[in-house]
Amino acid sequence: MGVVNLDSEYDFLQELTYFRCGAAVPFAGRYRLIDFTLSNMCNAGIRDIAVFTRNKYRSLMDHLGTGAEWDLDRKRGGLFILPPDWNDPTDVSKGDLQHFHNNRDFFSRGSSQYVCVSGSQFVSNIPLHEAFRHHLQTEADITLITKTFPTLEEEHRNCLKTEHDEYGWVTALTNDKTNPAVFSGMYIIGKRLFLDLVEECISRGKENLFHDGIKNNLDKLHIQTYQHEGYAAVVNSLESYYKHNMRLLDPEKYRELFFSDHVVYTKIKDEPPVKYNSHIEVKNSLIANGCVIKGEVENSIIFRGVKIDHGAKVKNSIVMQRCHIEEGAVLEDVIIDKDVTVSKNRMIIGAKEQPYAIAKRSTI
Amino acid sequence: MKKECVGMLLAGGEGTRLGLLTKNMAKPGVYFGGKYRIIDFTLSNCANSGIDTVGVLTQYAPFALNRHLGIGQPWDMDRSDGGTSILPPHRVKNGGNWYSGTADAIYQNLHYLDQYNPEFVLVISGDHVYKMNYSAMLDFHKETGADASISVIEVPWEETSRFGIMNTNEHYTITDFEEKPMHAKNNLASMGIYIFNWPVLRQYLTDDAASADSSHDFGKDIIPKMLGDHRKLSAFPFRGYWKDVGTVQSYWEANMDLLEDESQLRLDDPDWRIYTVNPNQPPHYIGKEATVRGSMINEGCQVFGSVQRSILFYGVETKSDSFVKDSVIMPNVQVGKQVTVERAVVKENTVIPDGCVIKPADEEQVVVIDKDTIFEQFSYANQL
Repeated sequence: MGVVNLDSEYDFLQELTYFRCGAAVPFAGRYRLIDFTLSNMCNAGIRDIAVFTRNKYRSLMDHLGTGAEWDLDRKRGGLFILPPDWNDPTDVSKGDLQHFHNNRDFFSRGSSQYVCVSGSQFVSNIPLHEAFRHHLQTEADITLITKTFPTLEEEHRNCLKTEHDEYGWVTALTNDKTNPAVFSGMYIIGKRLFLDLVEECISRGKENLFHDGIKNNLDKLHIQTYQHEGYAAVVNSLESYYKHNMRLLDPEKYRELFFSDHVVYTKIKDEPPVKYNSHIEVKNSLIANGCVIKGEVENSIIFRGVKIDHGAKVKNSIVMQRCHIEEGAVLEDVIIDKDVTVSKNRMIIGAKEQPYAIAKRSTI
Repeated sequence: MKKECVGMLLAGGEGTRLGLLTKNMAKPGVYFGGKYRIIDFTLSNCANSGIDTVGVLTQYAPFALNRHLGIGQPWDMDRSDGGTSILPPHRVKNGGNWYSGTADAIYQNLHYLDQYNPEFVLVISGDHVYKMNYSAMLDFHKETGADASISVIEVPWEETSRFGIMNTNEHYTITDFEEKPMHAKNNLASMGIYIFNWPVLRQYLTDDAASADSSHDFGKDIIPKMLGDHRKLSAFPFRGYWKDVGTVQSYWEANMDLLEDESQLRLDDPDWRIYTVNPNQPPHYIGKEATVRGSMINEGCQVFGSVQRSILFYGVETKSDSFVKDSVIMPNVQVGKQVTVERAVVKENTVIPDGCVIKPADEEQVVVIDKDTIFEQFSYANQL
């Protein structure tokens, strides 16, 4: 069974997380960040998935619906979106342990003996079933999924790094700024051990299952690592969000994320194919269905249902769902949230290092 | 459960004039418009018109079509009461037969209609491309109090000899029907869309089945018989885009119509979505050296060459220095380097080797190729 724990994720994306949680932020032209984690779980055959959410979950619930797009609208099990509504007077749990404690039924009802816990900020197409096989073969208590990045970047600063011996057993979890082995926030654990750790943490008044239950028990637990070799990106700030969207314009990365053995699923919109008019320019861009392009687009990510009128120019930008860029408008290095209208001949230019973000549903 | 109106969608036609396009595929299952199959237009019309119970009559090569229809979920027809039902020919106590005509197909499924005991039956076919509100036609049918209504469209006078022409009085009551007349008195052509009062149709179908010299066809037998019996038949005038994609040429033209800057057939109307099975592909990628003009491109494509006035279905890749013009490229086709494709329909999963030049010998024609095509004949050396 799977848990997408959004409890400890901060709404890091400024304007983009005014109205939604980080997991529901649109990414790569038609997805939301949570789609990657959910699809990884589904593709590995996980059929019971809980989403622990704390706040601003309207948009997330709208997106996930019954879970049909991930094939999670099942008679038994399937998708459970679990916002906080707890009234147990005997409850003494704190932090994300509140979620684990108050949703014990989810864990006890599922028939699976293993739990895969993940956040939503690690964008990848991981063969989780292989990680699970590794977990079983090594008879580990816990398997952490890690990725060794060729170079460490700003967004990895706050990620935990793993140190392990030659057999892959974890010896330390640190914030070492020189260690490129980044922990993805995703781990596999036996259900019994998992529930024991939850109880132990609560009885000691702790607030974070991973930090207090796992990281601080390193000496008692046998923890393995599973190295993910393919595409991965950590999205935990506006800068990393912009950067990793833009990097998908490299066809190699695009193929690695989307055309590996497994499909990334998302909510279906029934938009028609993109319509390009006869006098347009488009270069090096990702464009999702439902768009009508009459102007110029370069180095940009265009989400579903965007209209770009005659003479409008969009460059190095991210334009989200159903935006309308009117005649002669110019956009450069900006992120525009959903349903924004950019009026005729407006010019908005941000900076590459610090893209300018425009909040949802505004007219400028 | 009683339903006011049930749809019967004829989807068993072979579409022989579509040649290679219907080699292994019923005509309604042929890909169209970058994302869809032809049948999606009629099914979406039903969904958007509030008709939630549709029997789909299949016969010729229904494999891909059956899979496409599934339980009707893309059209919101996975209903506990009604929804889509696939109705293939079947055996019954005293034999059972292949569907020998459009009327016979429905006659053999009287039991299906009887379980809903509808007041009206909408008969449509899955081989036309158009957007039409059947509920407006149903209102018209009820207002005129006719036994049957037939949707008609004005066609150019010089083309009347290709259609079934309805002669009407000023109240759109049909007085006379002429199949492909040499000298038409009217230019209202039947679109093959009928609404019948179910008890009346039931009687006519039963009589027709017993008649030995009938071809069991709505246009040839049922409608003329009803006119002969002085039943009231109304013509429902339709205005808008409607195309019978019966030949490779008209199929290609209908696709090209979508590429006009201001196309008559809008696919992006949020109030009239065309629904289809969604393959869940990423946004398409247009490369640094690519050129795209006047085209429609679906998700999952990777374009590195030039694409002009063409339609790319999902998962198509065009490699660098390739040139695709005036063509329809179906799903998962690979267009190699330095390939030229002009006025062609390329069927799904075809891999066009580097350097091929594919165009019709006659500039007015359209060439159709598929994965069994022998590409040596198109290699650059052979063109010199």
